[in-house]
Amino acid sequence: MIPKQADKEFRVLSTTAILGYGFPEASFMAGMRRNPHLIAVDAGSTDPGPYYLGAGKSFTNRAGVKRDLRLMLREGVRRGIPVVIGSAGGSGARPHVDWCEEIIREIAREEKLHFKMAIVYADVDKKRIRAHLRKKEIKPLACVPPLTAEALDASVNLVAQMGIEPIQRALEAGCQVVLAGRCYDPAVFAALPIRLGFDKALALHMGKILECAAIAATPGSGADCALGTLTEDSFILEALNPKRKFTKTSTAAHTLYEKSDPYHLPGPGGAIDLTQCTFTELGGGRVEVKGSRYKATPTYFVKLEGVRPAGFRTISIAGTRDPIMIKGIDAILENVTAQVDEILKREKIGGRIHFHVYGKNGVMGALEPEKKTRAYELGIVIEAVAPTPDGADSLCSLTRSTLLHYGYPGRISTAGNLAFPFSPSDVRMGPVYEFSVYHLMPVADQAIFPMKIVRI
Amino acid sequence: MKRNILQAARVIRSKNSGPYELTLDIIFKNKRYYDLFQKRRIVTKKSVAALYQRPVRDILKLMYFEPAHALKITLRRPIPSGHPGESDIYGAQQHAPLLRITF
Repeated sequence: MIPKQADKEFRVLSTTAILGYGFPEASFMAGMRRNPHLIAVDAGSTDPGPYYLGAGKSFTNRAGVKRDLRLMLREGVRRGIPVVIGSAGGSGARPHVDWCEEIIREIAREEKLHFKMAIVYADVDKKRIRAHLRKKEIKPLACVPPLTAEALDASVNLVAQMGIEPIQRALEAGCQVVLAGRCYDPAVFAALPIRLGFDKALALHMGKILECAAIAATPGSGADCALGTLTEDSFILEALNPKRKFTKTSTAAHTLYEKSDPYHLPGPGGAIDLTQCTFTELGGGRVEVKGSRYKATPTYFVKLEGVRPAGFRTISIAGTRDPIMIKGIDAILENVTAQVDEILKREKIGGRIHFHVYGKNGVMGALEPEKKTRAYELGIVIEAVAPTPDGADSLCSLTRSTLLHYGYPGRISTAGNLAFPFSPSDVRMGPVYEFSVYHLMPVADQAIFPMKIVRI
Repeated sequence: MKRNILQAARVIRSKNSGPYELTLDIIFKNKRYYDLFQKRRIVTKKSVAALYQRPVRDILKLMYFEPAHALKITLRRPIPSGHPGESDIYGAQQHAPLLRITF
């Protein structure tokens, strides 16, 4: 839905950092009183890890997503303000988009809302990626190994982060609601104002901040609304909760968040350049940003995301309070691993075990600088990953019993080495996925993001 | 006398920058501390590599960001987020070695 007459400024209401995280109704209604031109929300992230993309599940709670969407749709549809949702279902692949579509239909029925909705899919056909791979056009991002045909074949739910163009197409088709699969986070906020002629760099930079809603305010919160106002040569951010405000430092500091280079923010088709940016406090908890620039890349690249199955996981949680065991923990775990490995080899069982030792290096693993624990008790999570769920169970059980009764040097507590908080002690964690595709692919035609229009 | 970095910084944090990189932010209390750290090169790729026991080549970037009075360091993750055996999916608890910095 494109407004007929463009205003001198463009106001965007961002409801929450991740759809489903919630927001106070009072903040949302304060935003609505400002007559926003657009209500938008980013629903996604790769942060919760590879499982959700692989399993086709949302990392946010259904009831939370429904509650957030109900307010946005009810107010947006009644007032004819476009509502744009990006990276539906968290990971933005087909099952995630379908999940979110079902929630929207449910709300529409309950609230008696009728509207035209565009659904834009971000799934990418493997054949397309393979064709680019053959031409050596798939580029790995920093620290990512080059893509191989084997890794691609093993991957599931491949998606590409769409830019502003597919969302603009959906709005041009007169849709009130746009439900998009995996998106470049700022795209849902920037697509409409850019279409109306507002500066691309400013709109994308504003979107980059609004995608986290009030996280960039102080005190920050991922579960509160923020309002962004685009003008001809700047954008202004403000919180909608009197408890929060945007300051020069809160806004500038947010530019660092989750990025490796705060001056250059790459996205589909180009990058935002912040080297000339200024942040000015206007009073009233508002910050004005100027000077953002945009540099298009000669080739339009999109970021691909994909994961591959890596077996099944079973875990067991235990603790030890024995000072002799704690002192010798490294050697004990090494010896238990060796014993288990020998049985695995003999019995031809696949899989691997890993100990997460809390109180020692459970949080930092190889990065932990403290070599000797000073803890008087240790938490041990046994992680077994094997090609089948039964295999993972066997591996976990074998490791647990071996460690429970392992006779280490100097042992005085001969009844058992571990305290288990739960019965059953072992828990199936289901399928394991690992990131396998995190690469750039050239895109000549935005038709790779197919759109479906539905009347609700 | 050497002082701890906590005297100069108000935020010291870590987070994923995608599943393959870890990014560390030190946000200074004011421009004076920011300038001091930048001019005296108190934190270097080499010193971060030592704190995290990684080869210097794994410290991908170390850059100053004036608008936020911040120093940003990006490392290669030893294990990508969520791979079997990995321990911090969001990468939000990898900042503690930075608390050993003195000036």
